[in-house]
Amino acid sequence: MNDFDRESMLEMFIFEMSQLIDQLEAAVIQGESEYNIDQINEIFRVMHTIKGSSAMMMFDNIAGVAHSIEDLFYYLREETPKNIDYKLLSDHVLSGADFVKEELAKIQNGQSPDGDGSELSKQISGFLQKIKGKPVQAAAPEPKTPAPPPPSEQPPPEPTKTGTAGDNMHKYRMKIHFQDGCEMENIRAYTLVHNLQSLATDITHEPADVIDEETIPIIRANGFTAEFSSSYDYNYINSHLAATVYLRELILEELSAPMGQVATPLPQAAADVSPLTVVAEAAPDTAAHVDTAAKKGAPANMISVNVSKLDTLLNLMGELVISEAMVTQNSELDGLQLDSFNKETRQLRKIITTLQQTVMSMRMVPLSATFFRMHRIVRDMCRQLNKDVQLDIVGEETEVDKNIIEHIADPIMHIIRNSIDHGVESQEERKTTGKPAKARVLLEAKNAGGDVLIIIKDDGRGINVKKVLQKAKAAGLTSKPDAEYTDREIQQFIFLPGFSTNDQVTAFSGRGVGMDVVSSNLEIVGGTALVDSVPGEGTTFTLKIPLTLAIIEGMNVLVAGAQYTIPIVHIIKSFKAQPENLFMDPSGNEMITERGEIFNIVRLHEFFNIDGAITDICEGTLIMLDNGEHVVCLLVDDLIGQQQVVVKSMPKYFKKVRGLSGCTLLGNGDISLIIDVAGFFDK
Amino acid sequence: MSMLNLLDDERHHDGTIKDQYLTFAIEDEDYGVEIAYVNEIIKIQAITKVPEMPSFIEGIINLRGDLIGVLDVRKRFGKPPKEYDEETCIIVLTFGEYTLGMIVDAVHETAIIPEEKISAPPSAKLSYANQFVRNIGRVGDEVKLLMDVERFLAQD
Repeated sequence: MNDFDRESMLEMFIFEMSQLIDQLEAAVIQGESEYNIDQINEIFRVMHTIKGSSAMMMFDNIAGVAHSIEDLFYYLREETPKNIDYKLLSDHVLSGADFVKEELAKIQNGQSPDGDGSELSKQISGFLQKIKGKPVQAAAPEPKTPAPPPPSEQPPPEPTKTGTAGDNMHKYRMKIHFQDGCEMENIRAYTLVHNLQSLATDITHEPADVIDEETIPIIRANGFTAEFSSSYDYNYINSHLAATVYLRELILEELSAPMGQVATPLPQAAADVSPLTVVAEAAPDTAAHVDTAAKKGAPANMISVNVSKLDTLLNLMGELVISEAMVTQNSELDGLQLDSFNKETRQLRKIITTLQQTVMSMRMVPLSATFFRMHRIVRDMCRQLNKDVQLDIVGEETEVDKNIIEHIADPIMHIIRNSIDHGVESQEERKTTGKPAKARVLLEAKNAGGDVLIIIKDDGRGINVKKVLQKAKAAGLTSKPDAEYTDREIQQFIFLPGFSTNDQVTAFSGRGVGMDVVSSNLEIVGGTALVDSVPGEGTTFTLKIPLTLAIIEGMNVLVAGAQYTIPIVHIIKSFKAQPENLFMDPSGNEMITERGEIFNIVRLHEFFNIDGAITDICEGTLIMLDNGEHVVCLLVDDLIGQQQVVVKSMPKYFKKVRGLSGCTLLGNGDISLIIDVAGFFDK
Repeated sequence: MSMLNLLDDERHHDGTIKDQYLTFAIEDEDYGVEIAYVNEIIKIQAITKVPEMPSFIEGIINLRGDLIGVLDVRKRFGKPPKEYDEETCIIVLTFGEYTLGMIVDAVHETAIIPEEKISAPPSAKLSYANQFVRNIGRVGDEVKLLMDVERFLAQD
């Protein structure tokens, strides 16, 4: 493949493969009990594509495994045999998928995919033989893709340029046959032409439109012919072309030589191409049109972009927002009459806001891929623990920032594992308690203001509050008498590190890792986890995650001369307190009545131990904050104004402070600390 | 030999970078910090306080758009505070993954202190500030206390 952008091709390959594997797993799990024709077609198509792409990238072990599964599904599709052990079939396909995943991981880490898939292929073809009703042959001679020719690592000999272009042009005609079963002949031909462009001009080729997949059978039958002019001599061109991968036959003719040289018409079968055993197979030809049909359905107006480019774009966006504020709020403008300037800056701000929304929306990814992956986990666990669980997925189209998705896949997985392992009872136990044998786990996502809620709900036995409290006490996690803990408070203990109520360690959970991964992963993205459980009826986990991390709408407030930014989504309103509405309970908690309701007051200066702030509540300003569940009133000195801010993390050296989530640069270059509203509620 | 190798050589064998120290003053003493850690020196500027931090962590400053933490060396050494003045500087260091500012009374110069001029401090650790000094270097008649940056940054 020369070095025709192999890096980016690899990246694309890995991306496509992972998507295909996800599709594959989804299809397998849908078809678990009995495959219908759609799923068989889907799996066949996926496997065919995997085979083709990996063969093209010369990952023959992947191609081999994919090939055997493709064969299997080809047979299922054509013959629709009955009485198949679908469970076993799924196992085979999934172990194939696992193999591919493993190899992909190796490729991604820059290792070479060296796993041996032959044993797996053998098992799968053995299974196929069994379905066909034939005895399994000991040495199943399943045709395997032959080893690739040595890649073009050894550089072609130095070009012997015979002269400058123009009068010194050789004219050549070449004809190439690719190896049978190498797939994507048209793309290979395209790559060839692309490579040739650096050496030759006036390239014409037959078939002319190699991008069109319809040309694949033509190239297979008639070969790929091209005519071109080049200033390089015959030997150089020949060795260049001979380095093409999956080349079966190369014929290069020199039609005319430059003046003064004798044309050397050497129609020569490329002897230096290592002769390889070529295996003819029936499947690919029929498969080709399936592939074509499927690819036509792909949306043509989508492009895939490297995430790092989007990250750069987002960073630039952040700089732009700061820079805009620095210009429009520049202190040198103070006191000037700026009517037209203000008009223009409003327009500028409008454009920036729209731009920002667009940039943000580009980063939004639906949760569906993450959610559907859970089917596989549920299935595997059910098989191993002998439980019967149905996973219902709701709201998978909900979108969150790409960076956030990466951090929530693990938490969701751990919670689902936890629910099935600890929550859902054994089949016998469910029978005796009169529950349906099939347990249900609901995985739901929905938007709630600036947050996304992910809810994982099971109908298992619920959390044993007593047991949790015992464990928490034993681990020294409690800080007040048992009686003072509400059930809800006790349930939250399970998120602490090292906590597990499962007495036996299973393959899936019980080691006490897992649930604290949930809280630590969520902390990174500024999310929170809550658990709510009713004994005997089930447990509900609610993960609250922000839609996006980078830029928030904030209200800047002043406390003792320093600025703080409160995310506007949490603010209900701000108001001045009247002395007659203030009161205090015996333990010194300050409260206020506002429109007939009573709220706790949190003094920001007390919370952070800041000196020099306004201490008279009526003199300062109260901001009513909502965390989605409770409401408090926060005392600050004064409001400054509303502004979009770019969230920056605190310097690494600083330990985490409760109540602060980061910091930001204001328009005038000042620094403001961003308040983490959740900190005021979990005291 | 390529240019890169040359540079490398200078750093490690010739020792021009290795033996260089930025010297600064805290109270009456002169200190030195290895120049390899030093990014730049800036004048004292507005510092945003961060609540709930150890007392020697002064806050955050805006260094051309980057927000970095600053520490007060006087406070870290347990010396009495001093009003910031004309001479007060922030030395910006990179140590491992951290980029931090260090507030000092004044910055003097870069001094070359070859290894043979450096000796270990007396073994008796008599004061709190003493633990941040790794070695003592001599430049002419003067003594420079060479800072142990790792200890200095340890938070506990």
